[in-house]
Amino acid sequence: MNTILKKTQLSDDVVQLRVAAPLIAEERKPGQFVIVQVDSDFGERIPLTIADADAREGSITLIFQVVGKTTMRMAALKEGDVIENILGPLGRPTHIEKLGTVVCVGGGIGVAPLHPIAQGFKQAGNKVIIILGARNQKLLILEKEMRAIADELIICTDDGSYGRKALVTEPLKELCQQAPKPDFVVAIGPPIMMKFCAETTRPFAVPTFVSLNTIMVDGTGMCGGCRVTVGDETKFVCVDGPEFDGHKVDFDNMMKRLRAYKTLEDQARHTCKLQQEIARKESEMKP
Amino acid sequence: MSHPTPAQLDAAAVDCLKKLDLAALKVKERLAIPPQEMPSQDPEVRRRNIQEVALGYTAAQAQAEALRCLQCKNKPCVAGCPVAIDIPAFIQAIAEGDYQKSIDIIKKDSLLPAVCGRVCPQEEQCQLPCTVGKALKDVNKSVSIGRLERFVADWEREQGKVKLPAIKPETGKKVAIIGCGPAGITVAADVRREGHAVTIFEAFHKSGGVMVYGIPEFRLPKVIVKEELATLEKMGVTIQTNFVVGRTRKLLDLLAKDGFDAVFVGVGAGLPKFMNIPGENLVGVFSANEYLTRANLMRAYDFERADTPIFRSQKVAVLGGGNVAMDAARMAVRLGAQEVHLVYRRSRVEMPARIEEVAHAEEEGVLFHLLENAKRILGNEQGLVTGMECVRYELGEPDSSGRRRPVELKGSEFIMDVDTVICAIGNESNPLIRQTTPGLDHNKWGNIIANDQQLTSLPHVYAGGDIVLGAATVILAMGQGRTAAAAINKALAAQPAVT
Repeated sequence: MNTILKKTQLSDDVVQLRVAAPLIAEERKPGQFVIVQVDSDFGERIPLTIADADAREGSITLIFQVVGKTTMRMAALKEGDVIENILGPLGRPTHIEKLGTVVCVGGGIGVAPLHPIAQGFKQAGNKVIIILGARNQKLLILEKEMRAIADELIICTDDGSYGRKALVTEPLKELCQQAPKPDFVVAIGPPIMMKFCAETTRPFAVPTFVSLNTIMVDGTGMCGGCRVTVGDETKFVCVDGPEFDGHKVDFDNMMKRLRAYKTLEDQARHTCKLQQEIARKESEMKP
Repeated sequence: MSHPTPAQLDAAAVDCLKKLDLAALKVKERLAIPPQEMPSQDPEVRRRNIQEVALGYTAAQAQAEALRCLQCKNKPCVAGCPVAIDIPAFIQAIAEGDYQKSIDIIKKDSLLPAVCGRVCPQEEQCQLPCTVGKALKDVNKSVSIGRLERFVADWEREQGKVKLPAIKPETGKKVAIIGCGPAGITVAADVRREGHAVTIFEAFHKSGGVMVYGIPEFRLPKVIVKEELATLEKMGVTIQTNFVVGRTRKLLDLLAKDGFDAVFVGVGAGLPKFMNIPGENLVGVFSANEYLTRANLMRAYDFERADTPIFRSQKVAVLGGGNVAMDAARMAVRLGAQEVHLVYRRSRVEMPARIEEVAHAEEEGVLFHLLENAKRILGNEQGLVTGMECVRYELGEPDSSGRRRPVELKGSEFIMDVDTVICAIGNESNPLIRQTTPGLDHNKWGNIIANDQQLTSLPHVYAGGDIVLGAATVILAMGQGRTAAAAINKALAAQPAVT
C-alpha cells in the first residue's frame, strides 16, 4: 500500500509527498523515476522522478508541479491517503564516478531529481557546484538540502527576488570560462533550460547530461510514447534513459512531443478547476 | 446485402438440422451442411461502440457446425494445434449436446479456451489441415474449430460452472513467473496444480498482459480475461502487480534472496518497432502498442471518465498487415476517425492477420492500401503530422520468409492526407531482463535463448512466449508455457522436499 506519510506544500503549485514504497526505496538509485497512477480504473500513468528515498522507513519522496489532471488529483490527496499504483524504480541509474568538478544545474522542480544525483557525485568525491534557478524566490525548492551538499551554491531568479537576477546559463557560462573548466555538467529542469544549458557548454566541450521527462504510458519500453531523437537515433527515455548527452538531444522535437495532448490537458484542467470552484462555493453557502 | 441477424442465422441452422437424420449421417451429408456464419454486430452499429463484434454461435449453429466434423481417425487438426487439444472429441461432444464433457476435454490441454477460441489464428493452425476444408477446396470452409471452442467455453462461464482444477498438497517450493500474459498464466496454472507456491510478477497495474493492453475489448472482452485470472487466484496463485523484474527486483535476486526455486520469464515482446523513416517522431505518430494501450488498458475510449488522453484523429494511416494493425485501425474507427487507411507493402494473401479480422475491418470501412508503403511522414512547424509520403510496390521473387518480396516502383510516390500514423509493424524484445541479468543468453534480436524444455542458459531460469519466439500468438505462448511448466515440475520433483 503506497500510503502518503507526509505532504508538504513547497509552493503554490509544487507539492512534496513522502510515500510508503519499501521495495522501490530499497532498490532506487540516483537518476531513476517511478510511474504513478492515482486509481486503477480511469487514472492516468505519469512518470515522476524520485527526489529522495529512505530505505529504513521504506519511503520515497516525490515532488511534482500541478500541471494537468493527474497532478491536480495528486495534489488533492491527504496524508494517510493511498496512491493506488506506483511502479519503479525505472530508467537507468545515473553513472556516478569521480570526475573532478561537477556542476549540477537545476531549474524549477528539476531540482528534485537533481538532489540525489548531486548527493551521489558529492559522495563519489567530486567538487560539486550547484546552480539553482526559479522564476522567483517563492518557487525555489530544496535550497537547504542542496546547500548541505554543495561546495558552492549559486541561486538565480528570473525576477531578482533572490540570488542573482539571471538565467542559470549565465553562471554556467562563467564557470566554463574559468580555468580549469568543469569536468562534467548535469542539467535538469524545463526542456528549454536544458536545451540552453547544453548550448552554453557546447563551445567549451564540457560533457553535459540532461534528464528527460517525457510522455509515457507503461515506463518499461512497451509503448514508445517517450521516444526522443538523440543524435541520429531514436531512443526510449524509459529504458535507454532518462539521462542523455545533452549535446545530442533534439530538444525542439521533444518539446513539440510534450505538447501532444496540451489542448486536451488544458480542457481537463479547466473543467477540474471549475468543479473545485463549484464545490468550494457550495460548501461556503452551507450554513 | 443486409447484415444477417443472429436470429436469422439461428433459424437457418434450426431449419438445416430438421432436415438431417442425425442418427445416420453420411460423409456426403456432413459436407453438405453449410458452414455456420458467426453472428456479429451490424458493422454500421459496431463502428460506434466498443462491445464485442462476434456474438458467438447459438446452440443450433454450434450443433450444425459440429456435425460438419468428419471425426477423422488421423485427426490432422490435432497436429495443427500447438497444445494438441483432442479436437474431434470435443466437437463430437458438442454435436451430442454434452457441453460439459466438451469443455472438460478442452481444459485437459488448454487453460484459456474462451480467449483462444477468439484470438487464435485457426486458419493457419487446426483449421488448415482440416479434411472438410480440403474436401471443399477452401480453408475457409473447414470446420470452425475456434468458434466451437469459444461456444463451450462461454457456455461454461455463463453457467457459472467453471471448475477449479485439483491441486496437490503443498510442496513448500516456490516458483516466480515474470509477466502475467498467456505464457505466464499457463505456467502458473500447471505449476500450481503440482502443489508449488506460485507468484506472478506483472509490471502493469492490471494483469493479463497483451490480452488486456493490446487486444481490444471489441475482439476480446476484458471480463473474460478477468474471470480466467480469477480462477488462477482461487487456485492460490499470487499476482503481484506494479512489479517490474529487472528494476523493482533483479531476476537473480528472486532466486538468491527471495527463496524462489525456479523462475519463468514470460515478459512478451514489448518494444515496438518503428519504420526508421523521416518524420517518425512527429506528434501524431504512435506505435500500435501505445495507441491500443491508451485505448484499452487506460480506457481512453471513455472520453468522459478516463484521465488518459488519446489523439482525436480525423484521418489515420495504420502501417502493417497483422492482427495488431487491424486492431489499431478498427480502434481508430471507433474513436471517431473519419478515414482510416491501412497501408501494407505486400498483397492481401501475404497479410499475417486472421481472415476474420481483415473481413471485419473492411466491413467497418477501413480502406486497404495494398502494395504501398510509407516513405516519410510530413509535419508542420508545430511538429504535427500533416501527411505521409507513400510509394507503390510490386511483388518480386520470394524472400527468406517464403513470401514474395515487395519491390519499390520507382517514381510512384504520392502523398496521403493524414493527421495520424500508427506503426503496427511488430515488436522487438524488451531489453530490461537481459540488461539486468548477467549470464542470460540471447540472440542478436534480443530474444532469450531457451532449449526444448524452455530452460535458458541460467540454471532454474526458464523462458517462453514472445520473449523467446519474437512476436507470435497467444496459443504459441501457451504451448511454450506448457513445456516450461512440465520441465519445472519435473526439476522440482527431483529436488529434495522442503519441510
